[in-house]
Amino acid sequence: MTATTDRTTDHSRAAADGAHSHGVVPAGSRAERVTSFDLADIPVPSGREEEWRFSPVSRLQPLFADTLGADGVTVAVEAAPEVKVETVARDDARLGKAGKPGDRTAVSAWNAVAEATVVTVPAEAVASDVTSVRIDGVSKDATAQHLLVHAERHSEAVVVIDHRGDALLNQTVEVVVDEGAHLTLVSVQDWADGAVHAAAHRSTIGRDARLKHVVVTFGGDVVRITPDATFTAEGGEVEMVGLYFADADQHQEHRLFVDHAVPSCKSRVTYKGALQGSGAHTVWVGDVLIQAEAENTDTYELNRNLVLTDGARADSVPNLEIETGEIAGAGHASATGRFDDEQLFYLMARGIPEVDARRLVVRGFFAELIDEIGVESVEERLLASIEAELEKSMSVITGVPAAAE
Amino acid sequence: MSTLEIRDLHVSVETKEGPKPILRGVDLTIKSGETHAIMGPNGSGKSTLASALAGHPKYEVTSGTVTLDGEDVLAMSVDERARAGLFLAMQYPVEVPGVSVANFLRTAKTAISGEAPALRTWGKEVKGAMENLRIDSSFAERSVNEGFSGGEKKRHEILQMELFKPRFAVLDETDSGLDVDALRVVSEGVNRAKDTTDVGVLLITHYTRILRYIKPDFVHVFVDGRIAEEGGPELAERLEDEGYDRFLTTGATASA
Repeated sequence: MTATTDRTTDHSRAAADGAHSHGVVPAGSRAERVTSFDLADIPVPSGREEEWRFSPVSRLQPLFADTLGADGVTVAVEAAPEVKVETVARDDARLGKAGKPGDRTAVSAWNAVAEATVVTVPAEAVASDVTSVRIDGVSKDATAQHLLVHAERHSEAVVVIDHRGDALLNQTVEVVVDEGAHLTLVSVQDWADGAVHAAAHRSTIGRDARLKHVVVTFGGDVVRITPDATFTAEGGEVEMVGLYFADADQHQEHRLFVDHAVPSCKSRVTYKGALQGSGAHTVWVGDVLIQAEAENTDTYELNRNLVLTDGARADSVPNLEIETGEIAGAGHASATGRFDDEQLFYLMARGIPEVDARRLVVRGFFAELIDEIGVESVEERLLASIEAELEKSMSVITGVPAAAE
Repeated sequence: MSTLEIRDLHVSVETKEGPKPILRGVDLTIKSGETHAIMGPNGSGKSTLASALAGHPKYEVTSGTVTLDGEDVLAMSVDERARAGLFLAMQYPVEVPGVSVANFLRTAKTAISGEAPALRTWGKEVKGAMENLRIDSSFAERSVNEGFSGGEKKRHEILQMELFKPRFAVLDETDSGLDVDALRVVSEGVNRAKDTTDVGVLLITHYTRILRYIKPDFVHVFVDGRIAEEGGPELAERLEDEGYDRFLTTGATASA
């Protein structure tokens, strides 16, 4: 009936045990991964490297180049009145402060951009509206793009990055959350079918600061996002939420890294995905490193995947490295399951037709996560997108083309 | 007046070793307003009958017929059976995470009656039915069956029976795992449904204690996939005193 893999581990009382990980053991500690601003340090991957082994490297090839254009996308920012927007040259001193590139697409993106968009939430400002960064793909010229979102101390804001159209985009998103600031950053990948998108999100979280980082991926041919979060002072909190829905032949990859480098910080990671259609492939890798200094760390990460049809594949790899025994809590869970026929039977036995029953179950699977996003306009759009995605699989079941419904 | 008619029903269950015959020719006729108790030892096929009537995909009907007022039930899909007026209160209700009880009840009611229930009266009806079954109003916002205790799940099944107003309800060991208080509350719910809707009830149970609260008109004893003996309520009393041993011997002889 169902083939479910379920893993839950509670490490809250774990002793320091060096490099602790589940799933396939990566090559060495995450702390030893090469990071650099220099192209020469991070060569073009073959696909056998740990960080590329799940990826369709050939489809990403255009984004590995030393030089990339700037005209494949347009960037338009609609800012809240309190928020400042600038376009700056690549040598602006504020860029490159949220960590170094950690893989080839990231280092290519860094070196290829001429300009960057900088969104600043001034100190103690509370943004009265959502700031929207609209990125439209307009041609298939491989393009680099750079965005810095800087929430200065004790500011509060919501920033939504919205990707549409068709593009070959290699992107850097830097997120700097200063002391006491609260920032919600949402990145929506609603690309047209052929788009290829690599994005390195590098975030730093300061003293008592809070970052809610949300990733929503629906469209595109290949989407590969690597959100990093590093705590720079005590009392920081990060909540990373992700939702993805992969169709036939789509590759959607989310690789997270939370670096607990200082004591008394908290991280929560919750990613959920649904897959349908032959060749749909999702990858979730969640690396959490609790460094020796990071006493009183509290972390939990969870990934769940719902496989709706045959021929789809979900890879899920949580990695937790703990270098100190003095932690408040550390755990992770990963589960990938087929659509549950018993749930379907229960709902249908109450008169609910199969199509509606499936819809209820999938909506239910995502419901809690959507509530967590906390940005109303995004939630509404998400529900609509999930409906649209479901129409596709329903048309397979009912034989009625999606367009006719 | 409706009639549910089961004739010479043979049912196999899917197993790893291939299909395994469980029901070997069941004959049973239930009319509106009647309550039939099906009793029998573990493994006699009682629950298989319930699942087969509801159309669970794991059970295959190999021969025989089931009709509801002459309509072929076996030709209907699971949801069509429910819309035709069959209800199964499950022995192990399934958790549906992220789907609230309120949303579930409204969706099912809409599907069964073919139109959305009037908002105002429906809200009151649900609230009243929940109160009657001692279900806290906070359950409306909880996910279907998720984190419910055994007793809460069974009360939620009977809540649906009261709200959906089926023509025939099959209660599959609704009494199992209930303490005396919960058994009384659940039984009251079933009796309310009987009084107000003239529903025909097929009450499947291993024990006689629920029959103190829900009075059967007929009692059928299931042994080895068929009905071994039938009678009135007095048969239940006899089972209470004697247990199933008498039938087990008969069953062993019959199959030998």
